Amino acid sequence: MSNAQARDQTVTAHGRSKSIPPRVWAGVVLIAVALAVLPFAAALIGQAWVRILNFAMIYVMLALGLNIVVGFAGLLDLGYIAFYAVGAYMYALLASPHFNIHLPFWVILPMGAGLACIFGVLLGAPTLKLRGDYLAIVTLGFGEIIRIFLNNLNAPVNVTNGPQGINLIDPFRIDGFALSKAGPVLGIPFSGPQKYYYVLLLLTIIVIVINLRLQDSRLGRAWEAIREDEIAAKAMGINTRNVKLLAFAMGASFGGIAGGIFSATQEFVSPESFGLFESIIVLAMVVLGGMGNIPGVILGAVMLTLLPEVLRYTMEPLQYALFGRVWIDAETIRLLVFGLALVAIMLLRPAGLWPSAVRKRELEVARAPEGAE
Amino acid sequence: MDIFLQQLINGITLGSVYALVALGYTMVYGIIGLINFAHGEVVMIGAMVSLTVVTSLLGMHAPLPAALIILVALFVAIIVCMTIAYGMEKIAYRPLRKAPRLAPLITAIGVSIILQNLALMIWGRNYLTFPPLIQPTAHNIFGASMTDLQMLIVVLAALLMGGLMFIVQRTRLGMAMRATAQNPQVAGLMGIDINVVISAAFVIGAALAAVAGLMVMTYYGIAHYYMGFLLGLKAFTAAVLGGIGNLAGAMLGGVLLGVIEALGAGYIGDVSNICGFPLLSDSMQQQCAASDGQVSLFGSNYQDVFAFFVLILVLIFRPSGLLGERVSERA
Repeated sequence: MSNAQARDQTVTAHGRSKSIPPRVWAGVVLIAVALAVLPFAAALIGQAWVRILNFAMIYVMLALGLNIVVGFAGLLDLGYIAFYAVGAYMYALLASPHFNIHLPFWVILPMGAGLACIFGVLLGAPTLKLRGDYLAIVTLGFGEIIRIFLNNLNAPVNVTNGPQGINLIDPFRIDGFALSKAGPVLGIPFSGPQKYYYVLLLLTIIVIVINLRLQDSRLGRAWEAIREDEIAAKAMGINTRNVKLLAFAMGASFGGIAGGIFSATQEFVSPESFGLFESIIVLAMVVLGGMGNIPGVILGAVMLTLLPEVLRYTMEPLQYALFGRVWIDAETIRLLVFGLALVAIMLLRPAGLWPSAVRKRELEVARAPEGAE
Repeated sequence: MDIFLQQLINGITLGSVYALVALGYTMVYGIIGLINFAHGEVVMIGAMVSLTVVTSLLGMHAPLPAALIILVALFVAIIVCMTIAYGMEKIAYRPLRKAPRLAPLITAIGVSIILQNLALMIWGRNYLTFPPLIQPTAHNIFGASMTDLQMLIVVLAALLMGGLMFIVQRTRLGMAMRATAQNPQVAGLMGIDINVVISAAFVIGAALAAVAGLMVMTYYGIAHYYMGFLLGLKAFTAAVLGGIGNLAGAMLGGVLLGVIEALGAGYIGDVSNICGFPLLSDSMQQQCAASDGQVSLFGSNYQDVFAFFVLILVLIFRPSGLLGERVSERA
């Protein structure tokens, strides 16, 4: 673990310098190989696990998008799922029999990102003055408003098909090669989810790279400055209005892309998937992983996606083994343990599982006077 | 006008329940700056516990008088809710008081999930109906009807709020609470046991939540393990609307939110009726003809949108709520 951490730190610290030690290359190659064979390893347990891996990647994108708003810029957003919903419905409406429009995905995904971006600015512009928890509740209200509209825009004109949602959404398709169908590629038999896995992996890596570059950019440093002290940032000549709006817009567009992908992999969307609870779970991924630290956020997203699924498959057999009967049904106990895990992890690691170096230092400084007393 | 008055009465009833719950949010927020996401679940537990007590007391051979049953139920619910609130503060929030601001928010979410699923285990997933213990009689007030149950809810809520104001403004504990809200460290130096004060805020809030739970339960006649979520959300909205951390603000926000919702639900259909517009498409005109000229763009199912929309508008023009103090940017 510490070895891997050290390796990653060298990558970020000297990313631009020419001399990358061979040790790092070996690590990168190892990770790449592991990621490449992962869907086939997961398929040994069951295709369901490949699907779960795909979900994990969608959540990684979502969490990274929210991390821009919450982690980098320090703006607490409780309605982030609204942008995911915008992207998902954009895809669903433009690639399904609902309006009988079937645009290809590479057209819709950027459009979805753009629309989500517009919604991000729409939310950001009136809330620039709000601070902290007031902002949180407005974003929460915004998320709920979007969901309620999706739920009710089936009358008098049917736009979203209401609570039934939209069905039969087109999967990703490139020139007749549908990703959803099983079939051999280069002689190797692939299942549908496995094909999606590689496309999603590519997209996720792109999103991660964009985020890493953003963090080190002028804009990224401006966000960090605003998070630490808005007034000081302003005094340093940062245009706080534009920079905050950019945080909302960029975070939202990642959510929009993730939403489009969600739509295509599920081939079905309904307003149920975009409730406040989802927003809160994505926020939990960001905070629990380690706010503002990209590897931490990725870890948080993967963990919180896998944990409920692992619990789903293990809790009933475990109860059998221990008591000889099932006391609590799987769905309930899985959420119960999930809740306990959230509390326990936060109590043990208040700054998140893998906090950024800056946060860790801050926390130590904040605690030091306490110990000196 | 009748509709207006009727919706106003319904709104005030619902609003006083929101206000009671909102007080719990605002007290905790005012003192330690934490959004206690699990507070809505405490209301739910209060409703569920009182339901269980009422049904088991009714099942006895010699049934007690209704008022006594309600009182016993209320008492048990308050005790259970206070215990839960005390425990959750001690276990989930107290160790994180010095942690980054969002850490206790996540544990609050965790606690909320735990309470919900515990309730699911105990009371099941079905809607539970409240036995018809009280037969509300309706009274005619200027053409609108108000049941005595509604009156009871409003009066009881008002009394409780008055009592809370008395505690906060006139007692030693209240003074300690206000001091801690101002500055915990200095309050500690003045000899105030901050831990006791914070626990008290949680416990008092939970007692109010238990009463609110019983009120919702008798008013709507049903309870569900998921009911706390939306109720908590509305109450939190109310607290922010009034200015979070401000007790009078929470009361005002609660009643206002209830009234806005009720009026919104009552009028939004008529206001957004599109049949009067020129330039309607043929299919729309057919729909209008088929439904007596009543095709609304937005129905009463948009009532929640209404509440949030008003909240956003208020916060844009008064960024710290209706009665919230203008805090300087640097504390």
